[in-house]
Formats: sequence, structure tokens, C-alpha cells
Amino acid sequence: MAAIEQSDVPPHRKGLVSWFNRRGWSDIIIATPYIWLLVFFFLSFIIVVAMSFATRTPTAPPFSFGGEHPLINLDGYKRLFQDSLYIRAFLTSVVNALIATALCLLIGYPMALGLTRVSRAWRNILLMLVILPFWTSFLLRVYAWMGLMSNNSWFNRGLTSIWNWVVPTDWALRSIPMMNTNFAVVLVMVYSYLPFMILPLFANLEKLDQTLDEAAMDLGSRPFQVFRDVTLPLSIPGIIAGGLLVFIPAAGELIIPSLVGNSSQPMIGRVISDEFASARDWPMASSVAVALLLLLVLPMMLYTHFDAKAQERMKDEP
Amino acid sequence: MPSPQPVSAPVNTAGADPFVRIEAVTKRFGSFTAVDDVSLSIYKGEIFGLLGGSGCGKTTLLRMLAGFEDPTSGRIWLDGQDMTGVPPYERPVNMMFQSYALFPHMTVEKNVAYGLKHERMTDAQRKDRVREMLDLVQLTQFAHRKPHQISGGQRQRVALARALARAPKLLLLDEPLAALDKKLREHTQFELMNIQSQTGVTFVVVTHDQEEAMTLSDRIAVMDKGQVRQIGTPNDVYEYPNSRFVAGFIGSITTFEATVRKIEGQNAILDVPAMGGVKIGRSVPGLTEGEKVTLALRPEKIRLGRERPDDPNSFSGVVSGLGYLGKDSLYRIALPDGQIVTVNSVNARRVGEDERVADWEDQVWLSFDPTSAILLRN
Amino acid sequence: MNRRPIFLITVLCFGFAFFYIPILSMIVYSFNASRLATVWGGFSTKWYATLFSNKQVISAAILSLQIALLSATCATILGTMAGIALARFKKFRGRVLFSGLITAPLIMPEVITGISSLMLFILMAQWIGWPASRGFTTVTIAHITFSMTFVATIVSSRLIAADQAIEEAAMDLGSKPWQVMKDITLPIISPAILSGWLLAFTISLDDVVITNFTTGPGNTTLPLLIWSKVKLGVTPDINALATIIVCIVGLGVIIAGIVMNRAEKRRDADIRLAYRANE
Repeated sequence: MAAIEQSDVPPHRKGLVSWFNRRGWSDIIIATPYIWLLVFFFLSFIIVVAMSFATRTPTAPPFSFGGEHPLINLDGYKRLFQDSLYIRAFLTSVVNALIATALCLLIGYPMALGLTRVSRAWRNILLMLVILPFWTSFLLRVYAWMGLMSNNSWFNRGLTSIWNWVVPTDWALRSIPMMNTNFAVVLVMVYSYLPFMILPLFANLEKLDQTLDEAAMDLGSRPFQVFRDVTLPLSIPGIIAGGLLVFIPAAGELIIPSLVGNSSQPMIGRVISDEFASARDWPMASSVAVALLLLLVLPMMLYTHFDAKAQERMKDEP
Repeated sequence: MPSPQPVSAPVNTAGADPFVRIEAVTKRFGSFTAVDDVSLSIYKGEIFGLLGGSGCGKTTLLRMLAGFEDPTSGRIWLDGQDMTGVPPYERPVNMMFQSYALFPHMTVEKNVAYGLKHERMTDAQRKDRVREMLDLVQLTQFAHRKPHQISGGQRQRVALARALARAPKLLLLDEPLAALDKKLREHTQFELMNIQSQTGVTFVVVTHDQEEAMTLSDRIAVMDKGQVRQIGTPNDVYEYPNSRFVAGFIGSITTFEATVRKIEGQNAILDVPAMGGVKIGRSVPGLTEGEKVTLALRPEKIRLGRERPDDPNSFSGVVSGLGYLGKDSLYRIALPDGQIVTVNSVNARRVGEDERVADWEDQVWLSFDPTSAILLRN
Repeated sequence: MNRRPIFLITVLCFGFAFFYIPILSMIVYSFNASRLATVWGGFSTKWYATLFSNKQVISAAILSLQIALLSATCATILGTMAGIALARFKKFRGRVLFSGLITAPLIMPEVITGISSLMLFILMAQWIGWPASRGFTTVTIAHITFSMTFVATIVSSRLIAADQAIEEAAMDLGSKPWQVMKDITLPIISPAILSGWLLAFTISLDDVVITNFTTGPGNTTLPLLIWSKVKLGVTPDINALATIIVCIVGLGVIIAGIVMNRAEKRRDADIRLAYRANE
């Protein structure tokens, strides 16, 4: 192919123009973003990994390799297991993120399914309403809940009077302590990340062949059985995609726990930020970061594994 | 019956009570009438074809039989039971979907067994039934494959086995052969007929393909714009169409304007200007002298020759087009007034190109039997 | 079978109430006369006046818009190139690493992206003397890096879905590969490029964590300003600011929705006409 093209180029047009026509345009398209990402992303990633093996020093910048210190210092990783702060932070993060993901699925699944069942005009409007909060500021969405959850807000007072009405008088409360709890963190995470669950689920459910539902019904299944036997198993890819889109940012979340969370039970994002900025312990912050990445890469790898298997199944098709 | 032509008796169930009775069923979607006051009867054990173009209402009718749609008005009776308001999962009716609608996450075996989940039977009975069904469609060796691992023809058979597994009283087939290629379609047609006679289940087949309808069905209802235009055996609707629509929809046809001069016993003497004079055709009931009618001729019912035949039903024209199809040839003959007649002539002898009956621009003579002429009242 | 899925509709209603009650409450309380942001003290618009007279807010908003415009535009150019490379060049050296670099920032927690960018900038300043200080430049670079991967993902999935035969047809008709790119490929993916730009713009305008790490003194973006105020608790002028932002975004989305709806209706009508012409 290349040989033929070369011979077709008239002699006077060899040089820069011909190079551009043959290969240059594609080289430029590949190389420009590639170099950018290598410098500003890959290099910074390498720095984090390397930093996790460095030794903390009181210099600026606050680290060193070798010299009087070990070239590869594993103290950061050792401290991860020795100091219960880190393990507790990891546990809090994972538990909060898992609960938030499960709640998002519980609320988001019927909502996504409902979106596929309404008329097309309604569907477009409702989808827009799902996306709309996402376009407004993330901080302000968290802030909106701070207003609702604070002790003398209408929302808190409403919930308190319901509580006082339901429970015996001994348990009566002046207000429900919602702010600065893990409950608040999970609630705001669900609120913030629910669209990430609904959208991939909707995309998956919308593509499902409606005649499969009809076929199951034709073969004697009632609506709930149709859901259990056909819709649910076929929407597993959407559930996994939505679950990852919620779980990953939730596990590394920094803003939500620092605004509405319990500061004595920090999540891992807060720990990284504090180690880095307040304690100026770059190596420790990097060790925690690498550990968090490993924790998140695991479910991601599981997902790509499932995805690859699904792709393979498609290839079997005659 | 809305059709003016009397419904001919079913081939094998003369005098029987109808098994499925569709009574004055109308279905509207908003302002659109998909099915318009349709009444028809289907007899036990027959293959009944619903034939029509896209949007004629045949699929809507089928979906009402399955229970996916409720009629706006009218009733559907199945084996003496009123089906109004009965949900699909409680009807003794199963459907083979056009797309097959096989469950992609279940194996062939699980697909076939799915409908049996809701039947009261032991696991062993269920297993036997699945085995029996897979044997019937010759797919036993593919039992553990998933639908995307088998061919299109095999998928079609899985769909059939799945629909038959629950031993429905009525099997609905939506364009059962549309997704198959031509060779496989011919083979599968006969297989379907075979399985129908083995199981004795009543079939209702929806199709837009007239050839498919003709080979498969014992009787055909031709539908157009939500209405049934004619019901009859394949022979009836082909040879004795009751309207220009049916005549034109099934097979090809050439039509001529004609005026009735006289009725002589069985025959009608017609004035056909395009054929240059008086021609004879078989009369139809109710025809009066002086009436304007349409004379329709099927291409294979017209004889073609270079010499003028000794036949009053002959006329001449010039060959304006010629298509060699192998087993037969298609001629387009231009009559003096410009009308084009399509003639189909079987190539019964093996001859070279220069020996054929007629060539481009040749003057030829055409003739037909009075019994072959279809008279349609306007 | 025209059963209404009552359960699903109920969940939808509750879901949307969950989405919008906090926002509505925030809007209502922006008109609260009381200084206590959670106790109703009568109707007032004084917090809007406070907000507009606050020079800090205005300059932070301008800085945010500048960064967002510049970073979204650069991210769209780089991301589109990357998306085309991923979707159309099946073989080149380092393709696996390249596609990894495109997906990794998407799953990287923002805190890690933030500290790693900051360490990079500090070390670069030490090694090569650039960037000399942190601020507008470093924040913009960090935003470009982060959001170009979103653009690349959108563009490449659109390109993979598009029929490659169209491009082959253009080449068959005598276009050189780069001309095909210009005449055929770019027009095909222009909606994806537009939505990529919008997404990059929003991400940049909204980002707190990465900006917090990569910015320097005196360069406070609007989210950082809000962040520092919100940390101290609920204050009524933030309610007013939130209301303004929600109104601007809502208006934009509604207008975009109406335009899209019109286009869809017109297309439906065209399809129906075409069918009728065929009959």
C-alpha cells in the first residue's frame, strides 16, 4: 500500500506535503494528545508511585531518596497496617460507598425502568430532569442538604415531629442529629451520584428487546416473573456499570465527608488530603493513594474481565 | 361476513364448529384504525394464513389473539371461551415471534423449558417434554448452546419448539420465515407443515409473502387497510379473486376495461377496446348487460404465438420487453393503444436464443381461454 | 395490555421529589430575610444585593469562566484527536498504554489526581523552572488533562458507532486520508465534539478538589470560594448564589431541550413523509 502511494506521488510534490499526506497527519493526531497525557498524567502518576517509596524529610520539597535514607522506604506501607487510623478510614470509605451504591441501585433501578415505560415525550423531559442537577454545581448540591439536615431546618423539624409521634415519649428528641454523621455522608452521596446509576441503567434497559418480555408473558409468566427471569438478568451489565460509576468516586470522596461527615471517622480521601497538605508527609500520602488505587482497580479489573467475556460471547455469533 | 364472496369450507373440517371466532373486532390506536370490523372463523387443526402488506392490520389481529392488545370493540372466542380481558399468560395460546424473541441469557434447553415452569408437572415430566420438543425440531444436540451460538434456521426451530412446548390450543406465527434466506425458507415451509400435522395444533400464520401464504395455509384471509378482503383456499384467492385488490396482491395480473354486451348461458360476451373487439369470458353472478367490468388475465394463462390462432379470444401486439428467467420467460407486449400485457411462457423445450418464440419488436398474437378470464365487477 | 406500571411511576415521583426538594428549599431560603439561614424570617431579596456587591464573588466567577473556557477548548481539541486515534487507528506503537491513559483519569479519585498534579508541578518547577508559580496556568493544565479524557471517550464511542463505509466511500472518491478526516469524519462527530466541550466546560467550572491542590495564592475560583464559605456552615448569600446558578443552568438545559425536541419532531415528520411517498 505504502509503496504504491509513494510511486504515485509526482517528484515535485515529495517533501513536506507528501509526508503530511502519507503519514504526518495521523502522526500529529496521535502524538499531540499522547505527549500531553504522558507529561501531565503519566509522569504525575509515576511520581506518586515513586513518592510512596521515598522518605519524609523536613526539607522543601519534603522528601528524599537514598543518601542517608533508604532508597526504597516501605515505612509508608507498613504504617498503613500498623496505624489503625488508615484501616479504619479504608473501612469507613468502603462501607459508606457500598451502602451508597446499594441504595442508588435500589432507588435508581425502578426509576430507570420507569423511564423506559413512560411515553417518549415524557421520557425526554424526565431524562433532562435527571441530568439537570448534574449540570448545577456539585458543591451546591451538598450544600442544599446541609441546609435541610441542620438542626432547626423545616426538614429536620418535620422528621423530628414524625419521630416523636411514632416512638415512646422517653425517646423523644428536640431534633434529629443528622449532620456530621455517616448517615449524612451516605445520604448526600446517594443524592449526588444517583444520576450516575440511573443513566447507564436506563441506557441498558432501553435497549432490551420488548418482545422478550412479551415472549415470557406469552409463555405464562406474570409481570413480576417476567422481570425476575428476563429483565433483571439482561440488565446486569447496566447494574455493574452504574455500580462502578457510583462506587469509585464515592470511595475516594473528599468534599462530602468533610462538609457533612463525622470528622472523628474520616474517609480515605480526607486522610490523603490531610497527610499531604496538613502533615506535609508526601510519602505517606502517596502510599495511602497507591493503596486506594489498588482497592479501586480491583473492582474495575473484575468489570473489564466480565466485559471481555461478554465481548467474546458476541464474537461466537455465527 | 364482510366479504361478498361466500367462504369456502375448510379442507378437512367441513361442517365443524369454528375453533376461533373473531366477531366484529375493531382496534384503534388513537385516531388510527388498525383493524376495522373484522369477523372470521378458524377451524380446529387448520393452518390459517393472514396475508397482507405492511400496516394492513394482520399483526395487530395476531397480537389481539395472543392477548398483547385488547380489541377496542368486538370479541374473540377460543374453543367456546370468551378471551376478552384474559392476559397473555393465562391464554392457551402461544406465539412464535418474528424476531424469535429467544432469551439470550438462556440455553436452547432452558428456552424451551421456560414455558413449562408455570405448568403443574414433575421435573421428570418437564425434562421429557423438553426432550420431546427438541427431538421434534431436531435440535437435541444443540440443547446446551445459547441462542447466539446457533444458526438462524436453528433459532427459528428453537422458537417453534418453545412455543409448542406448552401444547397450546392455538399457535400464532408472526412472519415465521421472513428472517431466513430463500433456500432455507422453502425447506422450512414443509417442515412447519409437517410439524403441524404431527402435533395437530391449529396454526395462524401472519405473512406478507403471498407464496409463503399459499404453500403453508389451508385457508387464507387477504387483508388490506384493516379489513378482510377475501377468505378462501389458496386456489380460491388465486384463481377466483373477488376484487382488483386481491387479484393484484396475489400474483401478477393485467387488467382491461370492458363492457358486457350479452350474457349467453355461462359466458359473457364482452367488448374489450384494448384488445380490439369482442371477447368471451366466464360470467359471474349478478352480471347485467351493459355493465362496465374489469377483465383480468394472469400472465401464465395467456398463450403467445407468431401466427394468428383460430380463436375469437385472440389479439395482437408488439414485444416491448423480454426477460429470460430460465424455467420460463417473461414477455411484455405492447397493444396498439399502448397498454402493456405481461405474458409468462414456460420454456418447455431447450432452444437457443435465436429460436425462441418471439424477439424484441416482433409482432405476436395472444390468446386465452374464456374460463381463464377473471371478471371483476367494478 | 395497557397496564400502567403504578409501582414504577410512584418510585419515579418519589425519586424526582428527592432530586428537587433540596434544590427548591435552597431557592426558597435564598429569599429569607433572616440571617439564620434555616429559620424563615419573611421575604427579602437583600442577599442578592449582598452577593452582587461582593467583589470577591464577581472576580472569582470571572476567573472560573476564563479557566473553563480555555481548558474546555484545549481539552476538546486534544480529546477529539485522542478519540479519533482510539477509534480509527487500530495499530500504532504504544496503543495499549494510550488507551490506558485515556481511561485511567476517569476512575482516578480526584484527591489522587490533585496531589499527583501538585507534586508534578512543584517538581517541574524545581527541575526546569516551569511553571514558576501555581495559579491560572497550572489549574488550566490540570483541568485540560482531566477533561480531555471525557471528550476522547465521547468522541471515540460516537466514531465507533458511525459507519466506517462512509469514510471509505470518500476515500474511494479520491480524498486523501486527512481530507476525509476534514470533510467527513469531523462533521459526523461534531455533535459529540459539542457535547464533549460542554461537559469539559462544566467539569472545569464545577471542580473543587483538583483546583484546590493545583492553584496558588490569589487565584480563587468560584467553587473554591464557595467551598471556603460553606465549610463554615449555611449562609444565606450562598443560597442566593446557588439560586442564580440553578436558574442559569436550568434555562440553558430547557432551551437545549426545546431545540432538540423540535429537531426530533421535525425528523419524525420527515420520516413519516418519506414513508408516505414510498407507498
